[in-house]
Amino acid sequence: MTFIPKPKVRNPSLPRNDLGLTRRDYEGALSTLCAGCGHDSITAALTEAIWGESLEPQNLVKLSGIGCSSKTTAYFVSGGHGFNSVHGRMPSIAMGANAANRNLHYIGVSGDGDTLSIGLGQFCHAIRRNLNMLYVIENNGVYGLTKGQFSASADIGSKAKKGDVNRQPPIDPVLLAMNLGASFIARSFSGDKAQLVPLLQAGLRHRGFALIDVISPCVTFNDHEGSTKSYAYTREHYEPVVNADFVPLQREIVADYAPGETLPIVMHDGSRIVLHKVARDYDPTDRVAASAYIQARLKEGEFLTGLLYVDPTQKEFHELNDTPDVPLNSLAPEVLSPGSRGLERILARYR
Amino acid sequence: MPAVPAQDRVNDFAIKIATVNGTGSASANSLLMKAIFRSGIPVMGKNYFPSNIQGLPTWYEIRVSRDGHVARSGRVDIMVAMNAETYGKDVREVAAGGYLIYDSTWPRPALFAREDVTVLGVPLAQLCNENFHGVRTRILMKNICYAGVLAALLDLDPARLRDLLAETYAKKPQLVDSNMKAIQLGYDYAKAHFACPLPLHCRPMDKTAGHILIDGNTATGLGAMFAGATVAAWYPITPSTSVMDAFKSFCEKWRVDPATGRKSFAFIQAEDELAAIGMVLGASWNGARSFTATSGPGISLMNEFLGLAYYAEIPAVIFDVQRVGPSTGMPTRTQQCDLLLCAYASHGDTKHVCLYPANPEECFHFAVAAFDLAERLQTPVMVLSDLDIGMNDWMCREIKWDDGWQADRGKVLPLAEIVKLEKFHRFLDKDEDGIPYRTLPGVHPKAAYFTRGSGHNQFGAYTEDATEYQIVVDRLVRKFHTARSFVPRPVIEMAAGRTDVGIVAAGSSDGAVREALAVLAGMGVSANYLRVRAFPFNDEVDRFLDSHRLVFVVEQNRDAQLRSLLTLETPVDKSKLRSLLHYSGLPISSSFIIEGVLAEVAPKPLRSVGPAHGA
Repeated sequence: MTFIPKPKVRNPSLPRNDLGLTRRDYEGALSTLCAGCGHDSITAALTEAIWGESLEPQNLVKLSGIGCSSKTTAYFVSGGHGFNSVHGRMPSIAMGANAANRNLHYIGVSGDGDTLSIGLGQFCHAIRRNLNMLYVIENNGVYGLTKGQFSASADIGSKAKKGDVNRQPPIDPVLLAMNLGASFIARSFSGDKAQLVPLLQAGLRHRGFALIDVISPCVTFNDHEGSTKSYAYTREHYEPVVNADFVPLQREIVADYAPGETLPIVMHDGSRIVLHKVARDYDPTDRVAASAYIQARLKEGEFLTGLLYVDPTQKEFHELNDTPDVPLNSLAPEVLSPGSRGLERILARYR
Repeated sequence: MPAVPAQDRVNDFAIKIATVNGTGSASANSLLMKAIFRSGIPVMGKNYFPSNIQGLPTWYEIRVSRDGHVARSGRVDIMVAMNAETYGKDVREVAAGGYLIYDSTWPRPALFAREDVTVLGVPLAQLCNENFHGVRTRILMKNICYAGVLAALLDLDPARLRDLLAETYAKKPQLVDSNMKAIQLGYDYAKAHFACPLPLHCRPMDKTAGHILIDGNTATGLGAMFAGATVAAWYPITPSTSVMDAFKSFCEKWRVDPATGRKSFAFIQAEDELAAIGMVLGASWNGARSFTATSGPGISLMNEFLGLAYYAEIPAVIFDVQRVGPSTGMPTRTQQCDLLLCAYASHGDTKHVCLYPANPEECFHFAVAAFDLAERLQTPVMVLSDLDIGMNDWMCREIKWDDGWQADRGKVLPLAEIVKLEKFHRFLDKDEDGIPYRTLPGVHPKAAYFTRGSGHNQFGAYTEDATEYQIVVDRLVRKFHTARSFVPRPVIEMAAGRTDVGIVAAGSSDGAVREALAVLAGMGVSANYLRVRAFPFNDEVDRFLDSHRLVFVVEQNRDAQLRSLLTLETPVDKSKLRSLLHYSGLPISSSFIIEGVLAEVAPKPLRSVGPAHGA
């Protein structure tokens, strides 16, 4: 953790976003995580992405469960409400909050223990509902706060700091989300900010459940030799398959993309994600083929990163529910109650 | 109970109908009940059904009570035995001087050999086989047919039955004719073969005006709609599911914009009760009125989140329709067995506001009150009804709605107030009532705070500091004390004469207690009555307990949970509290209470009728 708070003096030369706010306006409390923690890099990437998207801080809702990763929602955008709930149950809080007000941006930050063990059920069902939120898993294969137990994402053969070797197969959130029908699935690495920031931006703009699994090494309990979630191992085995540029509606596409290697995806609000296919034969719009490709590469010990699957046309919760544009928490009382005359009519059949 | 001469039993008797579930008997039973209700005669109906879809024994009890008693009396005067499997048990249950009706297509004279019971055999299966086609139709019509037999025996007007059928099957008129045909078959057979009506029969009265027949779950769902609830999340569980069904169907009628088809509510079937309560917390935290309905097993699962809601001060409304525990228990039987579970749900020091409705009318009003209390107090409010109130049709006063009602949204800071603040602090006790101010997301960056179930100080920041921690949890105690003055007050009914005996009860025991009090008064035993309607208990409960020498605590669980709560939360001397515990899974009867009181308090010979004066 950084023990020296940054001075509150404003540097007039800091770049400003469309709202005239600087990155400093999107910061949160001081991180209390270990120095070098991958999670802090993700926090920085989130701050950058949210600033870059010019989101109003108060329109951001930051949700989490319990664990190191879940602490991080306090470390960005202090102008947005945060909700650090209970272990593994953040998706249900997000569901209720989103049901009450569809107009805010919901960001969930979770860990591999929080999502894939205690919270596996809620995670799956949030995907089924296509809950409109950005869901970031800070995945380090280990329980940090309780000092180094394997999590459900630990790979077979991965070695714990104290020497135990994991024998159980991992639950891969990307493959799981593929199977469950998620509408936006990405994987990245906390050490690759250039890849991560546009993915987070695209995830924020995606209407529906946007999952980003971010390998985020635990420097204290899972960064040793023999671990498959260490910085060294991750750098060696990750393979970007589809890189994404996020292009907001207001901006023109200026870069020149070679045909056949790029795939522009138009989001619901007209903004675009331009995907650069590093692997020419990978199709991030074909769920079955993409799943098979990811699994084949996993077998060889490589995990693919980038925007692995996207379908901007899937209906999210409110579209499926036919809720009005006005958030449910702001409806006028007369819309909600039939009044005494209505009650009389209702009770007629009970007389 | 002492035997009462038959000639005095007009509009005062109980019928029990034994059938097999899934055979259409529910329609016949509610038809009979409603016909009696429409005749202006107070009536009670209770369904004792298995946790099963088809093929197991089920009973329906209809009590006709000219005096308006709404509880089980504890006796059965007429048994309609339609299930051969339970004949033995059913015949034993009929009170001396009573009647037994059975399907004599297969005569069973030996089985029904009771000299003190009149057996009336009706060849129901034969009648239906001769007049209807198809196995399923014949089974269904056999059950409608006994309604016709009872109509003749009880002197119910067949035209009234036809009117009711026409209402029920307004969209399927062909069913009116076939059902009416079955009723007529039974009616004509009874008229031709028996002396109709029986001495126990119905005579029209005018005592149901201003009343409705409704179940508590429907009234609860209706109350939630009127309270302005917009987010409903739940996991299906007997006996609470019909709360959600009711809310949904009322909302689909009244909350859908006819022009756009947009729905002013979100109805979310959760993956389990843990998620259901999580959704309620998320929605309430974000400013919507939100609720869930469940039963004991669901409350067990919700404990973790209830602790979070208590400590992070998030409103939530939970309807617990209690059923028999422990564990899965008997899902289709009634008990009041979650009183302690709900009052202290979750680990750590927690206390929760609980409301105890006694009938469907109160289910409606307490549903509305629960949302106001939850938002006013920023805490979960649990409404504990039970299977008896929730799933049975009760005669209750017609529900009234005051159009001047406004939702109490509690201390939510509006934008205009927020911008004036130097800094917002979530948990400061500015008004010294223990209730802090809260803000909603999406309003202003200055209002943002971090909600957490971990240790926090009064400014809302994380803490592990001993003093800071205690400041917050001590304020929560003050808040709970404030709740005492907001929750519904107890209902107290003083006996005509002076007495130092009291009865305390809650929820669905009310009807049985009232009847018991009336009967006991007639025997010279008088007692004052207090019905607890909420936890925390307020001063009136303390005073009532203090001012009586002997207090019977009547409740429907094995472990005297209400008595435990009273001893824990009031200064009462527990040696004067006597438990009357009914926990068989059937609704409590008045005779159970009468016997329990008489075991401790000797009846006095009646010297004069009317209120006694002095000692």
